[in-house]
This record gives sequence, C-alpha cells and structure tokens, in this order.
Amino acid sequence: MNDMRIIERGTLVNDIKISAKGVQVYYADNHAIKDVDVEIEDKTVTAFIGPSGCGKSTFLRCLNRMNDTIDICRVEGHIAIDGQDIYDPQVDPVQLRAKVGMVFQKPNPFPKSIYDNIAYGPRIHGLARNKAELDEIVEKSLRRGAIWDEVKDRLDAPGTSLSGGQQQRLCIARAVATEPEVLLMDEPCSALDPIATSQVEELIDELRQSFSVVIVTHSMQQAARVSQKTAFFHLGNLVEYGETGKIFTNPEDSRTESYITGRIG
Amino acid sequence: MSDASMDSTAPRQSRTLLETDARTRRRNAAEKRFRMYGLAAIGIGLFFLIVLAASILRSGLPAFTQTVLSVDFVLTQEQFDKAEGTLFKTKAYEGYFNAALVSQLQSQGLEAEVDAKAAERILGKTGSTIREFYRANPDQLGQEVRFDLSVSSRVDGYFKGRVTRDGFVESRFLMLADLDLVDALTEGGIIRQQFNWNFVTGADSGVDNPGGAGIGASVVGSFFMMLVVLVLSLPIGVAASIYLEEFAPQNRFTDLIEVNISNLAAVPSIVFGILGLAVFIQFMHLPQSAPLVGGLVLTLMTLPTIIISTRASLKAVPPSIRDAALGLGASKMQSVFHHVLPLAAPGILTGTIIGLAQALGETAPLLLIGMVGFVARGYPETFAAGFTDPNSAMPAQIYTWASRADAGFYEKAWGGIIVLLLFLLTMNIIAIILRRRFERRW
Repeated sequence: MNDMRIIERGTLVNDIKISAKGVQVYYADNHAIKDVDVEIEDKTVTAFIGPSGCGKSTFLRCLNRMNDTIDICRVEGHIAIDGQDIYDPQVDPVQLRAKVGMVFQKPNPFPKSIYDNIAYGPRIHGLARNKAELDEIVEKSLRRGAIWDEVKDRLDAPGTSLSGGQQQRLCIARAVATEPEVLLMDEPCSALDPIATSQVEELIDELRQSFSVVIVTHSMQQAARVSQKTAFFHLGNLVEYGETGKIFTNPEDSRTESYITGRIG
Repeated sequence: MSDASMDSTAPRQSRTLLETDARTRRRNAAEKRFRMYGLAAIGIGLFFLIVLAASILRSGLPAFTQTVLSVDFVLTQEQFDKAEGTLFKTKAYEGYFNAALVSQLQSQGLEAEVDAKAAERILGKTGSTIREFYRANPDQLGQEVRFDLSVSSRVDGYFKGRVTRDGFVESRFLMLADLDLVDALTEGGIIRQQFNWNFVTGADSGVDNPGGAGIGASVVGSFFMMLVVLVLSLPIGVAASIYLEEFAPQNRFTDLIEVNISNLAAVPSIVFGILGLAVFIQFMHLPQSAPLVGGLVLTLMTLPTIIISTRASLKAVPPSIRDAALGLGASKMQSVFHHVLPLAAPGILTGTIIGLAQALGETAPLLLIGMVGFVARGYPETFAAGFTDPNSAMPAQIYTWASRADAGFYEKAWGGIIVLLLFLLTMNIIAIILRRRFERRW
C-alpha cells in the first residue's frame, strides 16, 4: 500500500449537491441496498468503494434513475438533487439524465464518428443553435476530455477505432458535452491499462472544478488518489462515509478497516 | 501453500515433444475426418446446385425462342370487301394467305404444295388473325404487310427437338408430309427462329395456344404483390418487434404473443390462403384474383418471419449502446431510433429479404384467392390499375402451365422458372447493396 498518495487536503465546505435518505433498492425479492443515507458535495470527487456485489453500482445508478430501465428493480426512499426529489412523479428521468451524466465501466462509444459521438447529446438537447456553435461545443468537450490533441485531425473517424483508454476519455467528453451538473462514473478505469488509467484519473481531478463527480471503483488506491470523500459499502449497507484521508488512515468501523487492509472482500 | 505444489515431490514422467502420442494422433485424425465431412457436404451441395441450374437452363431456355413464319402479304380493298361478304369470312382470309405463302415459295424457286389443311396444321387458324388486323387497321389495305405468325406447338417442338421424325406418329394434328413442307419453308427462310419477346412481356394464353403464352403479366403481378408485402410487412413487423423487444413489459401476455408469433411462422401457407379467401374476399369484398389481396395474404405469411428476425437482430445490439444513449439523456425512443435500429438494420434487411423471397415463391394461397394463370385479361392496358385488376403471379403461372396437357407449356413452365429466379436474384442483389450501405454508415 506504499503507492497510496493520500494528499492532505483542506477541508473545504462545499454545498450539498445530492442528498439521499433511507434509500432501499430491491431486485425482485433481493434487498440490494439497505437504508442508505448519504450527502454528496458539489465540486468534489466522491468515491464509492466496497467488495463486488455490495451495491455501490446499484446505488450509483439510482442517482440518475438508470435503474428504471430494469423491470424488476424497485427503489424506495428519498434522493434529492439541489433539494428536488428526483423520484417525484413529476420528474422526467430523461431530463434528469441530462443533468446527471454517466460514464460506464466498459467504454461504449456509439459506432459513429468521433464528432457525432460528442455532438449527439447537445443535438438532442438543443444546446447548439447552429453548426458553428456545435463545433465549438465538440472542441470544448474533447479538450475537457483531454483527448482533443489526439483526435482533432480525425473527427470523422469512427469512435470505435480508438484505443480503449481513448474511447473511455471520448465517453467522458461525451458525457461532459451535455453540460451536466453531476458526473457519475461506474468503474471507469477497470478496462484500461495503467497509463490510460492515470490519464483518466488526472482528468477526473480536473473535472472536479466544474462538476460533482461520483466514482465507483474497485481499486482502493484509485479512490485514495482521486477522491476527497469516500463511502464504503458492504452487503448493501453504507458502512462508513467521510473524508478520504480519514477513511483510509483512521476508519471508525472495523469492517472498513478489514476491507482496506485486505482482510475481507 | 496451494494444492498445486502438493505432489511436487512425486517423480514426474518426462514426455518428449518430438513424437506425437496416441491420444493426440486420435484427436488430429478426428479433426481431419471432420474437415473431410464438411468438404464432402459442400461438394454434394454444389453438385446438386449445378445439376439443378443445368436442367433448368436446358429445359427452360427454349421457351425464350420462338419459331415464326414470315410472309409478305398484300390484301386489296376489293379482296377485303369480298371476304367480308362471304359466310365463312375467316376461311376466305385463309385462302388469300395460303395463296400468298405459295407465291412466296415459288418466287424463291421452291416448289411445294400447300393445301389448306396442312397450313392449318402448321400455323393454326390464320384467318382470324389476319381479319382482325385489317379490321383494326383498314389503312393498311393494298399495302405490303409482313406477318410474323408463330407456328403450332408441334412444329415449334420439331425445331426444338421435342418432335422428331423417328418414331413419328401421324395424327390429325401433324403429318409427316407437313414436316417436309416445314423443311422446305425453313430452307426458303420463311420459317425461322427468333427471340420470343412475347414470352417475356406477354400474358397467359388459352390452353390450346402455348406459342402465345407469356409470363410478363405475372411478373407485373408478382411485382405489385411484393410492393404490397414490403410496404405493409416491413413497417408493421419492425414496429411490432421494437415494441415487443424494447418497450413491452415482460409478462404472461407478451409471452403468449411471442409463442403465437413463433407458431404462425410454421403455419402452412395454404391456411393463410383460405383465411385470405374468407376474410379479404368473402367478408371485406375486395376484388378477386387481385395482387392487392395476394399481397395482403402474403403479408400475413411474411410478418412472423420479419418479426422473428428483427427481434433477433435487436437483441444482438449490445445493451451498452442503449445505456450510453439513455445516460446522455436520450429518451427511450431516441435511443432505439438513433442507435439501436441502425445497428440492427442489416439483420432486419436480411430477415425481410428472406420473408419476401418466401412470399415470392408461394403458390398455394394464390390459387385459393384465384390468382391463377389465365386471368390476366386486358393486359397491358390495365397496367395502371394493377393492384385491383385480376392478375397472376409467377409461381401460380408456372403451376398452371405445368398442369396443362400441351407439351409446349412444359418448356414455358421451365422458362417461367428462369424468370422467377432472375427476379429473385435481382431482389437479393438490391438487398445486399442496401445492406452494404447500412453497414458502411458507421
């Protein structure tokens, strides 16, 4: 565990972006998330860690209602973004997902050109009035995705022709292009090699300037490197949530300690 | 310590890599055998394909040629008036025609006896053809007109090797002396073979006139039916599959629909035919024998095929693409139409072309709704109203010809099969080109 660079960061107090209270998730009869309370801050990277099957991805997918697409999934409790309940019957999940972007575990660019990959979101949300504005959005998003220099000469090439790490950065740029307020990342580096991983991690740190980033990761080192806040999930429970430095150096719960020292999970 | 290192103390048998052991040899032999089976299977398949193609071409190509007798003929106003004044008008015209035939033979220095009976055996009844022509075109009276008359089916068969002099049995339809006359006419260039445009463009004839039978009207009928099938079954089938695959909740009701669609794909086509007869013709009073009704019946038949293949290709689109679109804030419909459907398009196209090809070759349901050969009347003037006018389709036409007694229809049936296969080939080529286009898009 020597490679963990836990940076002592000033405990800035940010606004609460997402607040979840008493969240329960059921897959048919399986109680996957048990009574989770968590408050996620704005302009912060929050990491969800925990062993496989502990429910961290499930909880992440509750935050932009991606679980709605699964027939047997049922969500109870209260999740609010900026104080508005996202499970309110009046909330359209499509509108919510424009506000809460998502990056998936496996890079999943559309089988279209790089340009069209980025432009798709702004197009369907009507963010650009004309071609020039769209071009501008595409360039800005690709720059924010730290991939502009690599693809600027071949925007017409299919997104699927890029390497794995480039594809994932393209997906991040694509998510950023719709100007979301929260960016959810479900194990974004699990399919990437170490170099691509470090590029994506640097990118996540930059994205913190503008977004609230929630990242699910299997790698504790990664959580320690990129996040300010860490939540530890175990068997559907949120065991511990707090400053990343504190979770990794001085956990309160014995289960957290067992996990980060490698005895469980 | 893991279990793997447990027996590290036991002596290990060292095996050389330079020699193949019995087990490996057996496995290699099995692999080689299997490859041989595969090659043999492909070889047998190709052999039968070649035999099939060769026999179709051998039997069908003669249908595209036709034996005609050309005579330069002049009919004066006087002769016309005289013929119109007699009791047996066509007989009179026949007399004029035979005289012209004889004089043409003589002008080429050939001496032959043409009596009226022999001319009739060779040419059929020419009188009515000539009378109809001059009644329709009175301005041609007194001018030289070249008549290309197709010879009788037996004489045509003599040129195509169907009728030979060995073992020839004289009958009231053809005498041995007629063949001598035919040979003389051929020598004089009066009888010759030419490409049979009438077969490609014409309509079916009566049972006694195989020479005049053409498949053109049925090609048009089949084309109209395919249009109806395509226009109805593709949108309905794709919409149904998208709903079932992407939107429908998984419950007992959708399961039931699914099972029924699979069952429908296996229902014999004649059942659809009788259903079409009962519903479209007897209940809805749509016109009989019309390509519209044929198309509707074939649509019912094609739908399950298209739905099953479309669902399969929708299922094959990775869910990560749907997630990506939804995660960006696309609605369900946007994710399906912008991303899933284009990816599934090649598969949908393949299913559609299989369904259409099936429908194109279907005969049984068409017989039940009356789309049999000889109904194409008034062709080609009724082209425009083609969807509701009586017509036939290629397979039904071929079936009708194959069941007729005259041997001349036999080669027409084979020729019809060639046209049917060409039509099918064209359809498939278009589908392949379209699929290439779709695949290249991303």
